[in-house]
Formats: sequence, structure tokens, C-alpha cells
Amino acid sequence: MAETIQLEVARYSPEKDSAPSFQKYEVPLRKDWVVLDALNYVKDQQDGSLTFRWSCRMGVCGSCGMMVNGEPKLTCATFLSKYAPGPVRVEPLRYFPIVRDLVVEMSDFMTKFRKVKPWLIRKQEAPLSEGEFLQTPEQLEVYKPFSMCINCTLCYAACPVYGLDPFFIGPAAIALAQRYNLDSRDQGADERMDILSQHEGIWGCTFVGECTKACPKNVDPAGAIQQYKLAAAMNWFKTLLVPKASP
Amino acid sequence: MAKRPIEPFLWTLFSGGGVIAAFFMPVLLFLLFFAFPLGLLHAPGYDALHSLVAMPLVRLFLFVVCSLPLFHWAHRFRYTLYDGLQIKHLNEFIDLACYGGAVVGTILAGVMLWNFS
Amino acid sequence: MRTLPQPATPPYTPYHPRWYRTHVSTYWWLHKWVYFRFVLRELTSFGVAYFCVITLFLIRALSRGPEAYQAFQTRLANPICVILTVISLLLTLFHTTTWFSLSAHAMVIRVGSFRVPGILITAGNYAAWLVVSAILAWFLLR
Repeated sequence: MAETIQLEVARYSPEKDSAPSFQKYEVPLRKDWVVLDALNYVKDQQDGSLTFRWSCRMGVCGSCGMMVNGEPKLTCATFLSKYAPGPVRVEPLRYFPIVRDLVVEMSDFMTKFRKVKPWLIRKQEAPLSEGEFLQTPEQLEVYKPFSMCINCTLCYAACPVYGLDPFFIGPAAIALAQRYNLDSRDQGADERMDILSQHEGIWGCTFVGECTKACPKNVDPAGAIQQYKLAAAMNWFKTLLVPKASP
Repeated sequence: MAKRPIEPFLWTLFSGGGVIAAFFMPVLLFLLFFAFPLGLLHAPGYDALHSLVAMPLVRLFLFVVCSLPLFHWAHRFRYTLYDGLQIKHLNEFIDLACYGGAVVGTILAGVMLWNFS
Repeated sequence: MRTLPQPATPPYTPYHPRWYRTHVSTYWWLHKWVYFRFVLRELTSFGVAYFCVITLFLIRALSRGPEAYQAFQTRLANPICVILTVISLLLTLFHTTTWFSLSAHAMVIRVGSFRVPGILITAGNYAAWLVVSAILAWFLLR
């Protein structure tokens, strides 16, 4: 194995630059290093101005998402040696506005995320005297994969529709809506259906499937979206034949 | 409550058309329009094929196979134009051309199969 | 209903950094093989539409009598028509294979607490496809 590997890192300083450019750094190629280690090495030893987000360094917080050689990855979970002999191209997450260097602006994702009401909605609150909601392991299995989302937005960086359609809510938000819809404790499926079934909600999705490939937690957002489309379609016919009774 | 969206219905048409196309088209396309005209396989004669198509159930089957997949094409092509060529601003024209074409094809299929003799 | 007051893009101030928005190229689907394959998959809809149109022509030829039908068969054997048909056949086959593998994601079938794995759903689809094709072929070849 070679001693070093070259990183090509996207730099953008809003005060000085009009567009991003690439800067090359030579970093040690250690067998156990991930791309995040290399970036931290650059920041410590070579260029303190390099700006990027990271936190847990173990693939549970979702902060360190970046494009590595054109693929959206968690840089704390991507081994450097996989890209030997290099160079390794590190860019900010695609389809998000770039704030500085490798840091992107996430407020669009945050807005869309909140739109789907990602919390348990109860039409009738159960009294405290009834105790906690009971849920069998089978009921848990139904929505558990969708609950594993760490909001890293790698799926948004992989989804071309998100890049092209400003109204598309996006894979993670829809997967999360499905997580709550399938939860046996939740009674808010109708409320979410009204929001998501609009044209600007889920229908932009053309099942490219890249979101599921990019997901580091096997959430399968593409599957969630298709299941939701099926549910929305059945709901459309059901409410056509049987208009919704007033609550 | 918000206006009733049409998208779920259009997606159902796309989905149904896709299933029908996936199951029925490859073999029919291969036999009727490749193997038979080129003489690779023994084609049914004019009389046999005519009497087969004249059967009401077969006509219904052909109507479904020729109409729903057109809506599948319309929906898919519409989104291919939106995303592939980024011409979503022309959406009224695209929608009309795509779904209008599918409607025209469906009407043609219905009329031809109803009047088939 | 209380709406959240935050727009997706906060207003610019003298102290707000100028974000860089990368423009998505019209040829984004040429930049990665996976995206190109996706667009090819979407274009299979033309194979589907070709079948519908040419079947309507067949029905028209059948209803006009044996001579019209024979003329139609001759036209079908024309090289250009053969090429179009072969392309459409490849497109419809690609549609079928991709549709079956995608439907594994979309369909969730549970037996008790056990979720049927996607590969079985895909295999089931292929099996049904073979049966349906055999039945149709029998009708036409007997």
C-alpha cells in the first residue's frame, strides 16, 4: 500500500469566491482511516480553514454526509483505502445550496421534514389510567426499518428528482411519514395523506431507486414511497366511492 | 379540505398499464409482429385469427391491452420530459399531448374493437 | 391552522453568506451510468406504445379482409419495420425485467410476522409471466 493518497476537496468561500474550486491535499494512507480522518488531518496539519460538519464519527448522527467520488457517503463510514491509489474527490452534498467548503444549507430538508408531521398523532387521547400503548414485536417490525433514519440526507443527494423539482418532499420525509402511518399507536394517516397526496408531495418520484442505494441505514425510502403511492391510490378510490364521513 | 388531486388516479393508470405491458406484451410482440410476418413460426391463417379476434372476450382483452398501457406511456413520458429535459414549465402542453394521445388511442381502440366484424 | 413562518430560503442581509447553488445540467442523466439506465428504463414506455399502435393497425387490417391482412403482413416484414419491432421487443423485455424487480420493493406481503423476501416476489412474477406467455402462445400457435 502506498504511503499517501491525494484528496481533491471542493473549496468555496462566499466572501472571496464566485464558484467552488478544488484544492489538492496529500494525506497519509492508513489502513484504518476513513475519509473523515483524512479531512480532520488536513484541518489539523495542513489547512485550518477547511470547513466541514461531523460529530459522532461512527455513523449514527448523520452529520458528515458528503459526495465522495460522486457518490453520497457518510465520510465517517467510508474507508480511505477503498479509493487507493486515489485521488479522492470530496464535494459537498449534491442538490443543496453550498454555504462554505463542504457545508450545505439544510433548511429546505428541515421544512419538508416538518410538513409530514413526523410525530404520533392521536384522534382520541387514551387516558393515563389505561397505561401505556402496547405493541407486539410483529407490529414493531412493520415500521421498524423506516424508523432507522438518521436524517443524513444522503438520499436527497442521490435523488435526481429532488434536484430538479423544488416541490418534491424527498425520500427521507416520505419514509418517515410512512413510519408513523404504519405505527399501530398512530391515528394520523388521513392528515398526512392530505398533505402528501398533493402533486407537490410524493408524485414527483419516478422510482429511480438511488435513495435506497445511498442509505447507510437500510431504510429503503424508495420502497416506502412506492408503498405510500399504493396506499394513496387506494385511498383515492375509497374516498371516491365512500366519501369521508365527518369526524 | 384541499382540492381532490388527480395524481393518484393517473398513477393507478400508469401502474395498471405497466403490469399489463409487463405480462402480455413481450410474447405478443414477438409472435404477432416478429415471428409470424418473418415466417419463423407457423402463423394462424387469416380466418383463424379473424375468428379469434371476433370473440367478445378476446376483444375485451385486446381493448385493455391497447388502452391502459397507452396511459402508462403517457404518464412515464410526461415525467421523462419533466426530469430528463427539464421542460416542466411547458407542463400544460406536455400533459395535454401525453394524456390526450392516450385518450385518443383508447377511443380508437374502443371504436375499432366494438365495430369489428 | 398555525403555519410555520420560516421560508425555505431565509432573506439575505449584509451579514448573510452568499450560498452557491449548483445548477443541475440538462444532461444530468448522462453523468452516471445508473442515471442513464434509469432514463432507458423510462423510455421503454415507447416500446409499450409501439405495441398498442401496431396492434390497432393489425385489428384494422383484420377487419378489412384477407388482402389487407396479407398486405399488412408484408409491410411488417419490411426491414425498417423489423428493426422497429426488434427495438420495441428489447424495450418491452427491459420493461418487464425492471418492473418485476421494482415490484419487490413496492409490495409488502407478510405471513404472520415474516415478510416475504423481495427475491421471492420477483421470482413469483417471472413464474406468472412464463405461464401467461405460454397460454397466449398456445392460443396463437395451435
